[in-house]
Formats: sequence, structure tokens, C-alpha cells
Amino acid sequence: MKKGLLAGALFCAVMMFAGCGKEYANGEVVVYNWGEYINEDVIEMFEEEYDIKVVYDTFTENEDMYPLISIGEVNYDVVCPSDYMINRMIQEDLLAELNYDNIPNIKNIDPAYLKSAEEFDPGNKYSVPYCWGTVGILYNKTMVEEPVTSWSAIFDEKYAKEILMIDSVRDGMGIALKYLGYSMNTLEEAQLEEAKQLLIAQRPFVQGYFVDEVRNKMIGGEAALGVIYSGEAIYTQRENEDLVYVVPDEGSNVWIDGWVIPKNADNKENAEKWINFMCREDIALMNFEEITYSTPNSAARELIEDADIKNSTVAFPDEATLERCETFKYLGETEEVYLKKWNEMKATQN
Amino acid sequence: MSKREGSLAKQNRVRQLLLSSPYVLWSIGFIILPLLMIVYYGLTSRDGGGFTMDNLKLIWEPTHRTTLFLSIKLSVISTIICLLIAYPLALALRALRLKSNGFVILLFMLPMWMNFLLRTIAWQNILEKNGVINMLLGAVGLPKLNIINTPTAIVLGMVYDFLPFMIIPIYNVLSKISDDVIQAASDLGANYFQILIRVILPLSKPGIVSGLTMVFVPSLTTFVISDILGGGNILLIGKVIEQKFKMANDWNAGCGLSLVLMVFIFICMAIVQKYDKDSEGTGVW
Repeated sequence: MKKGLLAGALFCAVMMFAGCGKEYANGEVVVYNWGEYINEDVIEMFEEEYDIKVVYDTFTENEDMYPLISIGEVNYDVVCPSDYMINRMIQEDLLAELNYDNIPNIKNIDPAYLKSAEEFDPGNKYSVPYCWGTVGILYNKTMVEEPVTSWSAIFDEKYAKEILMIDSVRDGMGIALKYLGYSMNTLEEAQLEEAKQLLIAQRPFVQGYFVDEVRNKMIGGEAALGVIYSGEAIYTQRENEDLVYVVPDEGSNVWIDGWVIPKNADNKENAEKWINFMCREDIALMNFEEITYSTPNSAARELIEDADIKNSTVAFPDEATLERCETFKYLGETEEVYLKKWNEMKATQN
Repeated sequence: MSKREGSLAKQNRVRQLLLSSPYVLWSIGFIILPLLMIVYYGLTSRDGGGFTMDNLKLIWEPTHRTTLFLSIKLSVISTIICLLIAYPLALALRALRLKSNGFVILLFMLPMWMNFLLRTIAWQNILEKNGVINMLLGAVGLPKLNIINTPTAIVLGMVYDFLPFMIIPIYNVLSKISDDVIQAASDLGANYFQILIRVILPLSKPGIVSGLTMVFVPSLTTFVISDILGGGNILLIGKVIEQKFKMANDWNAGCGLSLVLMVFIFICMAIVQKYDKDSEGTGVW
């Protein structure tokens, strides 16, 4: 009942936006994307070229987006969730199959990423990769003794109070699991317990648990090491050249955000036009240059003029690195065990 | 005569109802209904919706228990600190005998016009390892303070953010105490200390009590301050509840824990009711 009210209010808000402005011959498309995750000029270009009105809305976390789609009272046409969330939405039968006849630009997407995407979307039936990246360690080379290559650095007493850990359940537990040699998607309670114990042992060395703040803290020299998403790493290196990003040898998480169409979308064809447009090389390039998150669009990568970025192993890690990485899968009820263990760790006083 | 009086009373009653209707509707829609929903979710099971106490019992899980006790501890500490700062300050303000109360209230409300989040983030920058305080200490050759990401930082944030809620009710009560009362006490031979303890303090009790509630309740439920100033190091009960909704997608457990937290707040309110006899009855109905 409460969920219904909430969705109703949001629906009204979306409809108010939809109701104003000039007429478009080909109707509209309601887009739901992450905040600051697009070059806004691209939206206007789409409106002009296709004569379709874009209603653009943003979310900050997969978990914020999910209830709105699952209740189904707000009819978004095209949404950009992360891998594990796409996996979950497929499992719960919330997504419509894509008609690739309407998305010819899929040819621009590097087959390697389509293959990675099959881990959460078998057969690539429901999603088209938009951005991707890894989780790794950003370190300040003036503050560590030797180059960091392993997760062991963030569990090492010699960097006590110089470590910024990631404050995200799946990422945090995942790192501990990887360091122990397990899968980031494990369902084994014993392995999760072991990961928890490792994280408890790490607690005294950690300066703090953050997500977005890591970027500025590392630029400001507040800590020697921090766990960060690769997309942020390029930005931080521009601001402070002592910073180095590395995907540890044990492997890490590789995440992919992709465009999907909810089952209850009103404008499925327009949504496919939108996805096709996002895959066009010049558009993908404009987006990449604005948000600096890696693009899976190989045609767009060819167009990057700055050779340093084009060949950057941060933005585009080599295949050997990616081989070591895993995508997250939706784990159903076990996700709560992850949360429980993480909170038990956080509640430990040492 | 009596008939006329009766119709007058009736008229008054209708007018009262009409005037209060917006507030009543507001309370029903945005206070009572949501509260009932929390009770409903909190007392039903996640799968199916049968009555259960399991969500309330969740508080006895070691993680939840520790976070609850830590939250209570930190909010009690910050409430006491607020009181110790606010009371002398309110006394001093009273002694100033400013002509308009508005000015004093403005003085303390002014910082609150800025966004609460911004002010808390500002504290983060001040307390940081390479922050303002440590830069100043470093400049004069003193050792650095290590406050950020500790419980101390959280208490500091709570005190800073909620102090006005303590000062204003206490100041309001103190400014209402007549000088005659104090002079009478002094004529009867009480020294300043005795006046403070035996006269001013008992008279200002309602202000103290409402100040205590207004600081204690938000401190107990906050999760933003502990996130920003605690660096994610310190897990408080507010954060646990937030996670139940957002991450675990378990509204029933979240509501169950909220209900338990509400019990503590009700206890607090009950104490207020006990002492706050001076407040006038403002029955809406």
C-alpha cells in the first residue's frame, strides 16, 4: 500500500514533465539513468534527429530504481541498471526481449563485452552494455613502499589508518572473498564467515569506509590507499599525478551497466531507437569524454584522439586482467547473508 | 438563555473544527497513516503477511543490539553535552535582557538556514587529517589531532547540529521567569548558588525536558552524521534500519526495528509528559 502511494506520487511527477513543451511527431521515450551518467547534449540531439520527446529521469543506486520498476506503476521505457540488477530483473521476469533488428549499431560493441554480459544476461537477450569498469586499488606512490599488486596491501598493518575501504556490501565482501581465493558470488556461508573474519581483522587499519568520498580524499593525500571504481581513477589521476590505479592480481569485480527495456514500457520501439543511438560511435564518444567511464564501444574507442587515454590500461584494461575479474550475479536470499555478515563486521568494536 | 448558550457553543465547536481541519487532515495523512503502516509492516511477516513478533525480536541479534546500545550511548552523551553548553548560555542570554526575543532566536537559527548536510560536510573538512584544524596545529608545531572517523567526531557533529534545539526551549522558559521571584529569593537570604539550584532550575524544568527530547530523539535516529563524520566506521541503529529498506528490501524488518526504536522515544516522551505540566492544553478537537 505504501509502495503504491510512493509510486503514484512519482508517476504524477513524471507525467507533469511529460505534459509540457512542444509537440513531437514520434511520441516520447521515458529514460531512467544514473545521475551524471550521460553527456546532456546527446539527449537534445536524439530529440532533434528522431523527433521523439525524451523524458529523462535519474537514480543514484540500483536499489532506488528497482522498486519503481518492480511495482510497475511508473512506465519507464529504457533503464540502465548494473549487471547483478539486470540479472535479478531477468529472473523476476521484469524485462522485455530486445529486437536487434532495431539496434543495428550493436556491431560497434566489442564482442568481448557482450561475452562478459552473458554472465548475467545469457544470450544478450535483454541488455546492451553502456559503460563498464573494474574495482581496484588507487594508491599514492609517494606514500607506499613498493608498487601495489595485491589486495594484501589493504589488509596490511603497515598501512594502518592509511586505508580507505569501500562502503558497499557486495564490493567489500567481494574483495575479501577474492583475496581468499573464492568467488565473489559464493553461496557458501563458511566462505562468507571467513571473509567477515578477514574484514574484522582489517578494521583497525581502516581509516574509514566510503564510496564517493574516496576520490577527493585520495586527491587531497588523506590516505595512502583506497578502493575505488576505475571510472573515478582517470579523474583522480588528472588532479594528482602521484596516484596509480591497479586491478590486483587476485582479480576483482568487473561491472557492466546496460540498457534494458522493462516489460511494461509504453514506447518499446522508441526505446530501441534510444539504445541504438547510444551505441552510435560518435554518441558513445561524447558520453565517454564527459563521464570518463569506460565504453564497450570499440568504434568509439578508435575515435579517441588522446593516445594516452585511448591506450590507458585504467580505462581499457587488457584481456588478461579481465580474465581474472568476475561480474556480480543476483544471489536471491543469500544477498541478505552478505549484508548480515557485513554489518556484524561493522558492529565489531576493536 | 441556556438554549442560546448551547447554540453558541455549538457554533464555536463548528468553527473550531473547520479551522483545525487542515491540520487534522495533514496529521492523519502524513503522521497517523504512515505510523499505522509502520506498525502493520512491523508486525507482519515478509512472506504472506501473517501476524508475527519476529521483526521486533530482530533487535536481540547481537549486531542490532550493539548498534542500538552504541546509538543510545552516543546520543545520551551528546544530549548531556548539549545541556551543559546550553544552560549556562541561556542563563547568560537571559542576563543580557535583550529587548526582543526574536533577535536571540535568529542568532541560533541562522546557521540552521544552511543545509544540514553542507554543515556536516564542512565539519568533515575541518576535522580531516589534512583539514583546517590540523593545518593550524601543524603551523604552530603542535601534534595533529585524530578526531575524524571516531565516535568523538560523531558526538561533536550531533552537538553542533542539535544544540539550537536545546538552547531555544531553555531560553524561552528562563526568559519567562519573573525577576520578582529571584529578588524575593534573594531577600529571603538565598545566595546566588541557592537561587540557581532551588529557584531557577526547578522553574526551568519544562524547557530542559523538551530540550532533552528534541536533542535525544534526532541523535538516536540519525544516520547521516555517522556516515559523514564517522567514515562508515561506526554503525548506528539508524543506518541499520536504512539498510533494511534499501539494501535488504525487507520493509517488515525495517519497520520492526523502527518500532523498537519508537519505544525508546515513547519512554522519553513519557518523561516529558511527567515534568512538562506547565505547558497549556492545546486540544485541537
